[in-house]
Amino acid sequence: MAETSIGLTRELIAMRVAQEVGPGDAVNLGIGLPTLVADFVPADRGVLFQAENGILGYGGISEGDFDPDLINASGQPVTLPPGASFFDSALSFAMIRGGHIDVAVLGGLQVSERGDLANWFVPERGGGSVGGAMDLAVGAKRLIIAMQHTTRDGASRLVRVCDYPLTAPACVDLIVTNLAVIAVTSDGLLLQELAPGVTVDQVRAATEPDLRIAANLGEMSL
Amino acid sequence: MTATIYDTPDAALADIPDGASIMVGGFVSGGSPSNLILALRRQGAANLTAMANNIGLGDKLDELAESRQLAKVIATFAIRASGGRQSHFEQQYHRKEVELELVPQGTFVERIRAGGAGLGGVLTRTGLGTSMAEGKRTLDVDGETFLLETPLHADFALIKAHRADTLGNLTYRRAGRNFNPVMATAADIVIVEAEEIVLPGELDPERVETPAVFVDRIIRCDPIEVRWDG
Repeated sequence: MAETSIGLTRELIAMRVAQEVGPGDAVNLGIGLPTLVADFVPADRGVLFQAENGILGYGGISEGDFDPDLINASGQPVTLPPGASFFDSALSFAMIRGGHIDVAVLGGLQVSERGDLANWFVPERGGGSVGGAMDLAVGAKRLIIAMQHTTRDGASRLVRVCDYPLTAPACVDLIVTNLAVIAVTSDGLLLQELAPGVTVDQVRAATEPDLRIAANLGEMSL
Repeated sequence: MTATIYDTPDAALADIPDGASIMVGGFVSGGSPSNLILALRRQGAANLTAMANNIGLGDKLDELAESRQLAKVIATFAIRASGGRQSHFEQQYHRKEVELELVPQGTFVERIRAGGAGLGGVLTRTGLGTSMAEGKRTLDVDGETFLLETPLHADFALIKAHRADTLGNLTYRRAGRNFNPVMATAADIVIVEAEEIVLPGELDPERVETPAVFVDRIIRCDPIEVRWDG
């Protein structure tokens, strides 16, 4: 079995991330895996999802007729529950850069042990786009990275120093992977939860930097 | 000055010259002035600098790359890190046939806002400690370091509104706002395609988002639907 196939599916990673957002939170979900998080947040939890193209309080992915003016930042059609609002890009990024977004969930290519994030440019493919990632990484009150623990080749995405171009330095608060939940602390990475069936040794083997183990280390409840 | 109404998008942008800089509103499928973009393709101006949030995400702007009218693009999303099919712009970018200035989205909109508001620049923390800061000045304000980003201004802006009145007051629809209201402030000549043109008084003044002073030319067009499926 390939190293990357142990632990959680993408959907289960999103389900675990969804536990991190609570009533009243304004939450921005990045492209890719993070967009799945909305599916696991009950509508009655009182979370306001923000899309940088100018919606606060959108619902889930819409199965109805396509409205080109009602999409999230990944271009997916979304629903519009009561209480939503529209605004232009300047106000949207005032929200993001001004510290009004409680939680941002972004994908990651690499996260360093001091919380540097690289998630926008893949050197070996000679490409990538930044979108709103740098603004969200700097401006959100809390930044959660949802990603696979290792690359397809088995290299750790948790690294001592990012060698991919940075999105922002020292910005990540929490990392949720297919193997574990890991907090970024002033003392480095702290292993807090294991995916069901995954051992501390497996996480250590898949993680380049040293990992401290939380005193209350437990299994994710999903 | 108030706006002039044109019969066709082609007539409204006939005078865009080679080498012009052009802001283009829209975010993926939302609020994209596709009628104007396609008219610009028919018009044929070359060596253009386009400023838009994205190119190659189902938008018609990529058709200006296909027709080789773009020399430079300033955008936040243009090159995908993942594989899959490439836009015309991406293919030309990887062959080094077109220039790209990639800008963080918040910085992009604030640079345009500064250009439209007569401000000398933007101080932001976005991009500090990254490649986006290379060659740029930083300033310390009250003990905190900020990156200085310069204003963006264009010769023309192509805007998609929902409704316009004959003076040029504009309203937008849902997330079709995005960059349109800001870009409408930041170009010498602002050209608007609107789904409906009404008489003054028919737009609720409380709802006008772009006041007429910013708008030069209006054309009524049925929207062209664009869609991105990843």
